[in-house]
Amino acid sequence: MDFTIPLLILAIPLGMFLLLGLAGMKMSHKTAGVLGTLGMGTVLVLSYFTAFQYYFSGNPEFISEAGQRLQSIIFNVDWLAFTPNLVIRLGFLLDPISAMMLIVIPTISFMVHLYSLGYMKGEKGFQRYYAFLSLFSFSMLGLVVATNIFQMYIFWELVGASSYLLIGFFYTLPSAVSASKKAFIVTRFADLGFLVGILILSFYTQTFDFITLTSDPGSVLASTAGATFMGCSVLTLAMVLIFMGGMGKSAMMPLHIWLPDAMEGPTPVSALIHAATMVVAGVYLVARMFPVYLQVPSSLEFVLVIGAITALYAAVVACCQIDIKRVLAFSTISQIAFMMVSLGVARPEIHECLGYMASMFHLFTHAMFKALLFLGAGALIHAVHSNNYTAMGGLRKYMPITHITFLIGCLAIAGIPPFAGFFSKDEILVAVYGYSTFWGIWMSCVAGLTAFYMFRIYYLIFWWNEPDYHHRPHDGEMVMSLPLIILAAVSTVAGFIHFGEFVTWQGHEYQIHMDYVVAGISVAIALVGIFFARFLYLKENDRPRRMADSCRWLWTAANRRFYWDEIYMFITHKIIFNGICRPIAWFDRAVIDGSMNGLAIVTNKASVAIKNLQSGRVQQYVLLYLIGALLLAVITAWCVL
Amino acid sequence: MFSNILIYFVVIPLLMLGLLAVSQNMKQIRAVAVTGSLALLGLSVYLLTDYLSLRAAGADAPMLYTDSWSWFAPLNINMAVGVDGISIAMLILSSVILLTGSFASWKINPHPKEFFLWLVLLSTGVFGFFISIDLFTMFMFYEVALIPMYLLIGVWGSGKKNYSAMKLTLMLMGGSAFLMLGLIGIYYNGGHTWNIVEIAQGNLIDPSWQNFLFPMTFVGFGVLGAMFPFHTWSPDGHASAPTAVSMLHAGVLMKLGGYGCFRVAIYLMPQAAEELAWIFLILTGISVVYGAFSACVQTDLKYINAYSSVSHCGLVLFAILMLNTTAMTGAIMQMLSHGLMTALFFALIGMIYGRTHTRDIREMGGLMKIMPCLAVCYVIAGMASLGLPGLSGFVAEMTIFIGSFEHTDTFHRVFTILACCSIVITAVYILRVVGKLLFGPVYDEHHLSLTDATWWERTSTFALIVCVAAIGCFPNFFEELIKFTFSPQIFAVIGMN
Repeated sequence: MDFTIPLLILAIPLGMFLLLGLAGMKMSHKTAGVLGTLGMGTVLVLSYFTAFQYYFSGNPEFISEAGQRLQSIIFNVDWLAFTPNLVIRLGFLLDPISAMMLIVIPTISFMVHLYSLGYMKGEKGFQRYYAFLSLFSFSMLGLVVATNIFQMYIFWELVGASSYLLIGFFYTLPSAVSASKKAFIVTRFADLGFLVGILILSFYTQTFDFITLTSDPGSVLASTAGATFMGCSVLTLAMVLIFMGGMGKSAMMPLHIWLPDAMEGPTPVSALIHAATMVVAGVYLVARMFPVYLQVPSSLEFVLVIGAITALYAAVVACCQIDIKRVLAFSTISQIAFMMVSLGVARPEIHECLGYMASMFHLFTHAMFKALLFLGAGALIHAVHSNNYTAMGGLRKYMPITHITFLIGCLAIAGIPPFAGFFSKDEILVAVYGYSTFWGIWMSCVAGLTAFYMFRIYYLIFWWNEPDYHHRPHDGEMVMSLPLIILAAVSTVAGFIHFGEFVTWQGHEYQIHMDYVVAGISVAIALVGIFFARFLYLKENDRPRRMADSCRWLWTAANRRFYWDEIYMFITHKIIFNGICRPIAWFDRAVIDGSMNGLAIVTNKASVAIKNLQSGRVQQYVLLYLIGALLLAVITAWCVL
Repeated sequence: MFSNILIYFVVIPLLMLGLLAVSQNMKQIRAVAVTGSLALLGLSVYLLTDYLSLRAAGADAPMLYTDSWSWFAPLNINMAVGVDGISIAMLILSSVILLTGSFASWKINPHPKEFFLWLVLLSTGVFGFFISIDLFTMFMFYEVALIPMYLLIGVWGSGKKNYSAMKLTLMLMGGSAFLMLGLIGIYYNGGHTWNIVEIAQGNLIDPSWQNFLFPMTFVGFGVLGAMFPFHTWSPDGHASAPTAVSMLHAGVLMKLGGYGCFRVAIYLMPQAAEELAWIFLILTGISVVYGAFSACVQTDLKYINAYSSVSHCGLVLFAILMLNTTAMTGAIMQMLSHGLMTALFFALIGMIYGRTHTRDIREMGGLMKIMPCLAVCYVIAGMASLGLPGLSGFVAEMTIFIGSFEHTDTFHRVFTILACCSIVITAVYILRVVGKLLFGPVYDEHHLSLTDATWWERTSTFALIVCVAAIGCFPNFFEELIKFTFSPQIFAVIGMN
């Protein structure tokens, strides 16, 4: 395939960032917004074209005679050569998952560009906002098409930085500033693990290239056999550390604390970065390195356990939040954990790695319906000027478009057929049950909770009791409603895509079989969740309060997110800041610098003390001379005798 | 003598000194400073292209453009010059920083003429140092670069300037004392020659003497490279120095330390370097983390930056001691990168201080709203410092880490991972400053009337940003330039690649 179009996919957003960043101040809001949106629209068309070419053209570069989808490098340029083997290249890799991401990212990004034209209208720094959106799109696209792990790391850092800039977009708000700082530092800490993992892996395998690493992992990894570092097998260590990078970006426990705070950013940003694209980078990383992970089953176990705990934790917390964006944030954490679990249980012997396919499928559908829910939440916040559901209620009458689309999003995430989430979640559950019944039941419970907390906020927002609105809430303007409608349509039909034809572990086609037992159970559980939510929240009543009162400690703990923020606050402020940084700074001033000053003072004192010897008085000199001579005489005499 | 291009790196500053001495007003002073430093920049860029074409044509001597003029024959002292890729990189760095420093001191007050005289004298020493390959002349230029610092801080400084100037000068002189001892030892044990290339190629120094001379020279230069525990001149010195002096000092002078450690200590005494590296690895490893932790609690902008320099320069020495091509290449990249971004930081801090008359981050806030241009530049400098890809810090640090990880023993690896931790701590203190200083609500109502950057300030900062981004976006060019210098013969001695 010719390299021009793939190159343009990366070059247009970067160029748009530079253009809007450097010349944005000179433009009007409208020009900047339209320019940014048009740029993204072009990228959308080009990416669709590329993905279409990849999946359907039948080009032998992309699909073998036997029908296996291949990994194909479109271009690859040397960027930095550390050693002859270890070279960072910047390139463009097309394979089933990167082609899928080429559909997801531009779609959501374009919707967000469009939506923001209405949502951000009149905000100060509108041009800057579009510049950052372009920067983010560039980095995210660069991340998914990376040909080697170091290119991925580079763009990984860049998405982190653009996320920092966008969370802190309202930079005069102290809460936004501290949220952006927190997001960056927590993910940076995770990236430290990622970096060390890359160092270890690349030292032993002498390559960064994904294709070399994943096409025949057994022989590439042979060099790590028996190598240990501080008592651990280096390979296990490397894979767990690389996954730590993914835990940071994908907000897995215990590195999840930045994501709920990241909701301080503008809502469309939350939809783009903190729901649909950047936060799934961790899942994408594990999927990308999956053949290597398969070589180390213990690291996949680790992925599974972290994912399962996170999924349950986030679902419980989501039931007790008041801010609707936080509910959505925790629901995102929980859903990403579903994808992680799915990867953790994927094994070639269990339905030909169904977990891998299911995870990618869920990534795809989740991106659509979660972006929809966030954009819907944005429309609600825009209408009532508050993030809390306590300021909402009965909105179905005033905001019909938002209501219907939000309902579709809720049905999709709850896993009700025929909406998209049902199909992908069902595949995940089949894979998990295939691996172990225990984790299967665990994840089914989480699925039930998902349905409950989503319909909890649905009923509280659109039914419940109507508060006094200062002015009549209404649907957003057309540029805001259009993305909602499109995404709702996609969320309705996306489940019918034969995903197994497009994305599977080794590119072979996989026929999805509906497992009616698992499907039946999960739908039943979801319906229970929904009806329970309906029972509690349809009309104003005191059942929710009584229920919360009956186990107040649990409600409070969940509402405070099980005190993770307090724990982190304690560690960072009390231990690291007051316990390490301050003592070191004191030590530097008092001990190190003190000893240098002490040296100077001693020198000074000594010279003051002996300067009297140079008094200039002849009598004193003669006296000293005589004493000296006498002493010498005594010593000589003593020695001679 | 004047047929050698390198000599002009000393001649031009000397000419500038003469012209400055006769200039009458601010306009002429600025004209001399800017023209002179532009000429130096042009010369170093020309040298770079010429050097590359010579290398491409197959010149494989370790140093090119070598020349030697006898100075004091009884002791074999010569004015010997020669450059390789590393020196050229340093020459470009120095001229860029001299140029931007001149712009940053556009309105220096009082005694502008004297200020620029000392500043240019300092640069004469710097340029002379980088082109010398004779240890004696190298040392002489080193001293020429250090002494003006005393006056520049003592007269034009702020705060506790007398104390700081004295402290800085005395500590660096203390380092010089070690250094001189080491250099004289090298002369007498290295076949009675001062010429670096001759000593290195013959590996002339007796290994038992190396073990004594290596620590001498390494500590001697290490003091200037802010090696723990000899770094305490750095926070006080930088805090008191005027803007352009901070820029030159952190940007270039501290590089003299790293360059000297590489060119003299390691290049001439590889056996001792291999044997004793672990002691200094521990010290520099501490520098890296210790400097970063200290920076987290400082409240004075210049102190934060000074401690961050301790951390970053510690990484330079750390990488040099890893004794392999990749890490050392990374060290040189880090010198370039740190030089540029720290100069940018100090320039910006000077500009902010010039407006708000405070450097305490507790007394400022929300500057993004008041002076967006300066604030955006500050954010970019911060991003470079915390290693954002696309800016210079990232490529340098990654090269260092990859190189350092080539050692398979636990000791080296643990220290490498420790050094990697600095990327997180750096992010903490950079974002803390950015959050407090630039974002948030405006702290002081009086600041609302302040103005944004003037054209000369923009020139200064934009030029530095362009350089930082150039290294970050096209690292391979610089990497190749530097890498060729690590000719195998140095490593053949110690059996490394």
